[in-house]
Amino acid sequence: MEHRDLIVIGGGPAGLAAALAAREAGGEDILILERDRYLGGILNQCIHNGFGLHTFREELTGPEYAGRYLDQVRAAGIPQQTDTMVLSLTPDRTVTAVSPGGLRRWEAGAVILAMGCRERPRGALNIPGFRPAGVYTAGTAQRLVNLEGQLPGRDVVILGSGDIGLIMARRMTLEGAKVHAVAELLPYSGGLRRNIVQCLEDFGIPLLLSHTVVRIEGRARVTAVTLARVDDVRRPIPGTERTYPCDTLLLSCGLLPENELSRGAGVALDPVTGGPVVDQDLETSVPGVFACGNVLHVHDLVDFVSEEAALAGRHAAAYLRQSRPAGRRIAVRPGAGIRYVVPQYLDPAASDGPVTLRFRVSKPVGRCALTAAQNGKALLRKQRPAAAPGEMERLTLDPALLGEGPLTVALEVEA
Amino acid sequence: MNKTLICINCPLGCAVTVTIERGEVTAVTGNGCQRGAAYARQEILAPARMVTTTVPVTGGSLAWAPVKTAAPIPKEQVLACMAYLRTVRAQAPLRRGDRVGEFAGTAIVVTRDIEA
Repeated sequence: MEHRDLIVIGGGPAGLAAALAAREAGGEDILILERDRYLGGILNQCIHNGFGLHTFREELTGPEYAGRYLDQVRAAGIPQQTDTMVLSLTPDRTVTAVSPGGLRRWEAGAVILAMGCRERPRGALNIPGFRPAGVYTAGTAQRLVNLEGQLPGRDVVILGSGDIGLIMARRMTLEGAKVHAVAELLPYSGGLRRNIVQCLEDFGIPLLLSHTVVRIEGRARVTAVTLARVDDVRRPIPGTERTYPCDTLLLSCGLLPENELSRGAGVALDPVTGGPVVDQDLETSVPGVFACGNVLHVHDLVDFVSEEAALAGRHAAAYLRQSRPAGRRIAVRPGAGIRYVVPQYLDPAASDGPVTLRFRVSKPVGRCALTAAQNGKALLRKQRPAAAPGEMERLTLDPALLGEGPLTVALEVEA
Repeated sequence: MNKTLICINCPLGCAVTVTIERGEVTAVTGNGCQRGAAYARQEILAPARMVTTTVPVTGGSLAWAPVKTAAPIPKEQVLACMAYLRTVRAQAPLRRGDRVGEFAGTAIVVTRDIEA
């Protein structure tokens, strides 16, 4: 079996940034495995602009953002294998993959999980009705339009106001389709505010909050979709139904970290994020296995994926030099108003500087403070004019300040 | 008169309040950075948007090349720009930044490297 010091599973934005940072930190023998024909991951189909303001201080499209990293990976001479699908990862870091050349197996000194996420499909949404053609996830439609040059429909209803759904509302409109409405089950959108402005308002596309699909009509192809208002426990309200004749329904109803490989390796997962439980080095419960990007928790900004992935890359390189003895573990817990926090553990002795806690609030709020406290004593407090679940929050703290006991991140809403 | 806008410059989406007196912007508040102030003025006086789409490629490893306007164009011209872009063709090899067309004085550039 061939040995590699570091195998990065996934060649999207997380995998590319992790591999580069590992190389910069002295990692010599690195291999990136990617199942698609090209590196770059989902950025290749995100042809719209808005990427890179934090990383490159300019506004780039998805392919341009990926291109900047691909140039660096090429310049660094980091080996990569595309068309290669990893089938399994074991707790002792044996990686098995299939590619056009056949089955391959490597023994890795360290592994970085960077497999990304996938979309919640129709089957997970409990939408009644037949199974006609014309129901797509928004990301599938984005791939068809932007990479394959195919328009999947002309009269469109979108369920879910996640960013991909909003982006596709604009994209389909620009390509000549009519987008009748975007329905959102929740009383607020999970998408970025700027996407509501530039993708819906610019084109007069209505956003129907607290609405869902109650019926899909059509046997061979979608012929109509019926939307209804929902009450505060998300039950459709009889009498509020409205039917939209259309040929296409796009679903933008959330993203799920893709952790089949992690599970197979025995990596402990967080039930809320759907991603691995990690410490401040982004190391999972399996020694030498690190995780970053959307496989760890779903991000809204690729810039933050790159930053997080670089951290995983640096720590994987450090692990290869000298594995760290298990130290004190302080649990990081979501408190009032917080849905989850990554990392889930901190080891104050092992930290080589400030640690960034990444988390999401449970529901939209106005003026508020984000706090980190231990034993009832606030260590950090950050004022925010507003916060929403669709926008990841961050607090940076010096682990040297920590005493014993769990660290709790909480939201205080100001009157 | 005050008008509140969501800044679309970056994903933070700041709520920016613009004061307009006699058709002129006299104050901008709520912006997180200078780009926000510039955006708000522009959005009131002459709103502009980037246009991104794809154009067919001949002789390339990919059949479609993603493209963008090199700068934002007036918002009311977005659909006319799309109509123009439907006539544009590109020839591989292509490198990011290669110019493949021009709309109303604004260059159309490729955003992905495509090998021949």
